[in-house]
Parts: sequence; C-alpha cells; structure tokens
Amino acid sequence: MLNQVYRLVAARQFEVQTVEELMTPTDIVVRPTYLSLCHADQRYFTGNRAQTALRKKLPMALIHEGIGTVVSDPQGDFQPGDRVAMVPNTPTTTNQIVKENYLPSSKFRSSGYDGFMQEYVCLQRDRVLKIPANFNSEMSAFLEMVSVGVQALTQLKQTMDADQRVLGIWGDGNLGYITATLAKTMFADSQVIVLGRHQDKLDYFSFVDATYLVDEIPADLQISQAVECTGGLGSEQAIAQIIDHLHPMGTAILMGVSEEPIDINTRMVLERGLTLQGSSRSGRQDFETAIDLLSHSDVTRERLQNLIGVTGTVQTLADVTAFFEQDLANYWGKAVMRWAV
Amino acid sequence: MIFAQILAGGKGTRMGHVQMPKQFLTLADKPILIHTVEKFVLESRFEAILIVCPPAWLAHTQAIVKRYLHDDRVKVVTGGADRNDTLMHGIAYLQENYDLTDDDVVITHDAVRPFITQRIIADNITAVLNHSAVDTVVPAIDTIVEGEDEAILNIPIREAMYQGQTPQSFNIKTLVKAYDQLTTAQKATLSDSCKICLLAGEDVHLVRGENFNFKITTPYDLKVATALVETRD
Repeated sequence: MLNQVYRLVAARQFEVQTVEELMTPTDIVVRPTYLSLCHADQRYFTGNRAQTALRKKLPMALIHEGIGTVVSDPQGDFQPGDRVAMVPNTPTTTNQIVKENYLPSSKFRSSGYDGFMQEYVCLQRDRVLKIPANFNSEMSAFLEMVSVGVQALTQLKQTMDADQRVLGIWGDGNLGYITATLAKTMFADSQVIVLGRHQDKLDYFSFVDATYLVDEIPADLQISQAVECTGGLGSEQAIAQIIDHLHPMGTAILMGVSEEPIDINTRMVLERGLTLQGSSRSGRQDFETAIDLLSHSDVTRERLQNLIGVTGTVQTLADVTAFFEQDLANYWGKAVMRWAV
Repeated sequence: MIFAQILAGGKGTRMGHVQMPKQFLTLADKPILIHTVEKFVLESRFEAILIVCPPAWLAHTQAIVKRYLHDDRVKVVTGGADRNDTLMHGIAYLQENYDLTDDDVVITHDAVRPFITQRIIADNITAVLNHSAVDTVVPAIDTIVEGEDEAILNIPIREAMYQGQTPQSFNIKTLVKAYDQLTTAQKATLSDSCKICLLAGEDVHLVRGENFNFKITTPYDLKVATALVETRD
C-alpha cells in the first residue's frame, strides 16, 4: 500500500513522503483521527534538540499520542469503524525480565521511527486497543500519556516500601496532572500532595489533598513516596526537594526528561537509603490498565477531560504548523488536533 | 449506495513503445492499478469498487486483482472506446446489477493516479452526497494560456484557474440524464466527465486535490513516481 507520511524534515518544516508499506497478513490499518501533542514533539518541531539527534532522527513523522479508526483487519477481530488507541512502542523482541518499553531493540514512534502523522498507520495487531464508547475522543487522544502515568505508578507500587501515607508529586504541568489524577485512584488510601511552581496551575488540582508552591514548602513536610514530573532543568530542583522531604528508605520515581545532565545530591540519597527509579514510556499492559481504570471511574475521565486545552481540525501541513505554534503559546492543557490531512 | 469506479480503460499511447497499458506497469513492485484500488478498498462505505478495463486486458486485470486484492467488492468489467464510453459502461453495469435509487453516487478515479489519499476520497464522498457533481482540483501553478494556431487568444487570471484531477464524483441519476442529452459529436470529443454535467447546467462542486495526486501518463511520470516512493525499512 502506498501511504502518505507527513514528516518533519527540519525545524518548523513538514513535508509529505510516499512510503510503500510492507504489511504482514496480520497487521491492522488505522486511519488516525485525533492526535495529541507532547513536549517531545515540540522539542523536535522547534529544533530544541541536540543537532546530532536532529540529524539522526529527522526526517520523521511526529506524534506518539493518538487514536484512530480501524479501516482494515485481515483477521476480523476489529471491524472497520472501530475506534482504537494506538500503542507507540513497538517491540521487536520479547524478554522475560525487561519490560517492552525498556528494551533497546523496541521502536518508539516519533523517536527515530515514524509517528502517527500519516494517512494510515499500519500496526502490529497487539498495538491496537479498542476504546470504550463512552470515552471522549479528544481525551482518548492522550491515553498514551495516561498509560505513561500508569507505568510510573505501577513501578512505584512494585518498588516502594509499605509506607503509603503521603504521596508527593512534583510538577504542575500535564504529566503532573495526569499522574495526580491516577494516584487518587491507584493510591486511594494515600494523601496526595502536588508541588509546583505556578499557583494558577496548582488551582486546577482541586481533587488532591494539598498543593504547595515549590518555594513555600513547609520545612517539616514528610513524604512517604514521590514522583517527579517536571523535566528540564526544573527536575534538578525537584529532585533536590524530593531528597529533602522523602522519608528514609522512600522511593522516588523520576519521569521528567532533561536535555542537559543534572546534579543529584547522592550523599543524602545514600544516607537515607532512598531509591531513585526511572520511568519512561509505556507498553500495551499499561494501556490496558489505563482503559480499565478509566472505564470504572467517571470522575477520573471527567478530570482528564478538563485537561483538554487547544483543539482544532488540521487539513493541510500549513494547518499542522499553525497548530504546533498555537500549542507553543498555550499555557495549560493538552493540544489535540482532529486529523483530516 | 456509494460506488467507486476506477477508470482503467486507457491504451497507454503516450507511454511510447510500451506494449502494456500504463495502468498495468509496475510501481514499487505492484501494478499501478493495484496501488490505486488498494486505497479504495480501505473505504468501507463503498458498496462496490468497479475496475473498468480494456476488453483485451480483461483476463490480465482479473488475474492481478485475484493475486493482490482480497475483497469481494472489487468487480472487473470492460470499458468502451473512449473515456466517457468507459465511464458509461461502468454505470451500465451498476444499473444492471444494483437496484439504484435517486440518491446513489459514484466516485470515479483514474487508475493511473495511485497517490490518491484517504482525505481526497472522503472529501469526494461528503461533497457528492450534497452536490450532484464534484471535481477534484489543485490551484494552477503555471499561468494558463488559451491559444490557437500558434497565437495566444487569452491569458486568464491565474488565481481563478485550477488543474483538474480525479476523483470526479456524480449522482448517478444526474450523470445519466446529462449524458443522454449530449450529441454524438459531444460524446466523442468530451475529455472531461464533469463537463458532461456542466453542459447540462448542473452545479459542479470543487474539492481540493494534492499536487502529488498526479497522473502517470508518460515514461517521465513513471520515473518521477518511482523516485517518490520510499520503502518502509
């Protein structure tokens, strides 16, 4: 099948490329419908990555958060018209110990491998999950980010000690919001505290037990376990504060991506017996858990719907460029485009 | 009902000394025609997808369809002497095999435009369900010059000029009525199916095409098309 793939070729420049898709008899073809922008996409779009990374990874179709409509399933498990989530991580091998999203051999869409900005997306059949009918499409577009939050909190449950009294989440952006929303369900008995730099963003976190500005944290605040959702150079300050406020032998899950190496006070990590664990991306299991969790919680879906920020329909590459620019100027929420190119 | 009709009746006279009509030539390891039909197969709203081919190439067309496509909606029928005759052969097949109503429509497309996209097909379907005829166009890049006997008669304002592509889509009843009104001379000389409806006074709606939705007509076009396609690694 000849497929039109819309790739970023240089900063702020998209071009169309025809690609002959070599499909297996079990692959599923999906027409993308709603695509959600991630900071990682914006770093490529603005050219805010190391030149070596840009040279290596571009040209490449962006976007790894999105849903679509099945147009073809040779095995008939899905019907044309079925609304599905697309899993961007594509494993090429299996491993009994290492999860699919940590295998170096896995291909991840919009990171060296074409993302969802395509006419059609051809997927291995285990990369497609049906979305329940009562899910909002624009919210479902960022199910991948929800699954990333599920991955992180699942990792935390597996690593942490028995102290679940207070869960501290650093970061008042999209990832912090999603993680806090999930934490209220996955850590239902815990007190959830969110720490951020912007009071007007923290105001959106009405469902958590407490919020603090990061420069007004009470000196005696004690956190049982922590999740870092900041990224950039802000993660250095966040990790320093986590180390200061985390109980001895507590666990911190690190999720924020920084382009530059950051300093960590390892003396205090050692002294308190802390565990710092990285968490990145997600796999099919996390998508399944996310969909199941949202299916059983109307209030969680409602909170996530409140995260829908900029929306619009894109029909041309000029529309796409304008949409990315619009998102750059957006202060709060996820940007979701209805894909009609 | 919504039908697709792939016009594959061309003899390939502009392709030079190539014996095989251009729609059967290979692009990215498959006949061009197959690439084109694959895009229509992915649209579930089509009741049937007709391929209208030259009578001498019926068996060949059936063979490649059997080899590459596995969709019962794809039917191969033979065309006529020229483009419009071929179009109307397809329409006649629909009239004979389906209980057509006043609302039924057909999306017609050149077999040698394999770079057609889902968006263009979907826009045609949406448009033809609201207008009796639809043409797919792109804004003219070059200045269009009207001339005769090596002299310019007119240079129209470029901003108002478009280049016609396909699909061209029609309400079937409207198309048949308009075609029946044509004289024999008109039927023989009309090179554009939308003009059938235009001459009958019908409103023809425009849908945006893509510059890359070009027609593979000459050996040069085939070289360009081949260079454009990248294989997924």
